[in-house]
Amino acid sequence: MDYTFQFGVVAKHLPYLIGGAWVSLLLAFLAFWAGAVIGLLGAMGKTFGGRILYRVIDVYVVFFTNTPALVQIYVIFYGLPDIGIVLSPFNSVLLGLTLNCGAYLTEIQRAGFQSVRREELEAAETLGMSLWQTVRYVIAPHIAKTLYAPLSNFYIWIVLGSSMAGIFAVEELTGRAINVSSSTFRTIEVFTYTAGIYVVLTVVASALLALIGRHAFRVKARIF
Amino acid sequence: MIDRIVDEIPRFFTWYNTIFFLKAMGVTLALTLIGCGLGSVLGFAVVYGRQTRGRLFTPIRVLIVGYVEIFRRIPFLVLLFIVLFTTEGFGVRVSFFGIALIAICVISTAYISEIIRAGFEAIHRNQWDAAEAMNFGRVATLRYVIMPQAWKVILPPAFAYFVMFIKDTALASQMGVLELTRVAKIFNDRGYSAFLTFGTCLLLYFILSYPLTRFGQRLERRLASSRNR
Repeated sequence: MDYTFQFGVVAKHLPYLIGGAWVSLLLAFLAFWAGAVIGLLGAMGKTFGGRILYRVIDVYVVFFTNTPALVQIYVIFYGLPDIGIVLSPFNSVLLGLTLNCGAYLTEIQRAGFQSVRREELEAAETLGMSLWQTVRYVIAPHIAKTLYAPLSNFYIWIVLGSSMAGIFAVEELTGRAINVSSSTFRTIEVFTYTAGIYVVLTVVASALLALIGRHAFRVKARIF
Repeated sequence: MIDRIVDEIPRFFTWYNTIFFLKAMGVTLALTLIGCGLGSVLGFAVVYGRQTRGRLFTPIRVLIVGYVEIFRRIPFLVLLFIVLFTTEGFGVRVSFFGIALIAICVISTAYISEIIRAGFEAIHRNQWDAAEAMNFGRVATLRYVIMPQAWKVILPPAFAYFVMFIKDTALASQMGVLELTRVAKIFNDRGYSAFLTFGTCLLLYFILSYPLTRFGQRLERRLASSRNR
């Protein structure tokens, strides 16, 4: 028990670390939205496409949800150069996270599609709603309400998952923490600050998401 | 690229390399099983502590809520580094396996306690009140009234969490635990092509994870139908 904490030494590097938090958020944001597009296409293909399309998407989803994102990124980062595709660390992590997100979001969005019951569509038809009105007033609010909570949870999960990028020397929060800890040798302090920044980041993100959800979709989401 | 992989396969899948991979697979499985097993036990303790009443136990409740909220918001990788450097900094000698295990316990306790709490909250308030009216103690209430109903709600998400953690243990490779990802990286560093080494690694993770995922889905369906009789 002869360790002296020196938080002051690391405090000087805080702006640098917080700058890394922006990169983390950017990475999570891009991966989430690109993944959401893949997921939407995948969910539509699985729900309305034929049997072959269903099988193809299913293989993609099952493979990516049952293997670690870290190893997927390893394949992209170390494997793709073998066939002549060289991606920067940021882009390889982004590609890996996006493919991973796409697989999870396919399943989440498919659950949203399935939550709209046939009776509701029939009721809309009975009321003489046009297709556009059905989508606007029946399907979209329903899907938004069902999916908002799992999607915002997933967003938090992907912010935490983006810490993997640090392993590939991307200068995001964890990557910068590794840099600072190797230049100052105050490892415990650096990673305590880093953990603190992640906590603040995700609390702010879930508070914002809960507020938006409450006003836009009338979802009663818990912040904590 | 294909010729290179075909060329490497006989050298790659030798007897000893296979053993090395299988052992690593065992380590991955052991990390998940022991870590999440301990996490479930501790998770129960955490929920039990959180349900205490009265002003005397307020500090315990505050600590527990703080613990659960904070550790669900820290990336596993960062927590691994914190545990690693804290044990090293204070001169506690723990093996890398032990460090990974501690980190997994800390994080899975936080998550599983939330799953258990959600399961308990799914039980109707009247059941708790009835147990209290019958003068059941807290342990007896959980043992005879709540658990027989709540385990059906708790088990599917808890199982899904276990299976998810098989994949998260890949991050423990960053400290040097000889689990699947680490072993694949070692082979890659020895010069085997990345598609071959990491491909094998992905396949082994898939073999571990997929049957359990399917089992979890079946479990969920069966328990859900038995609950809505």
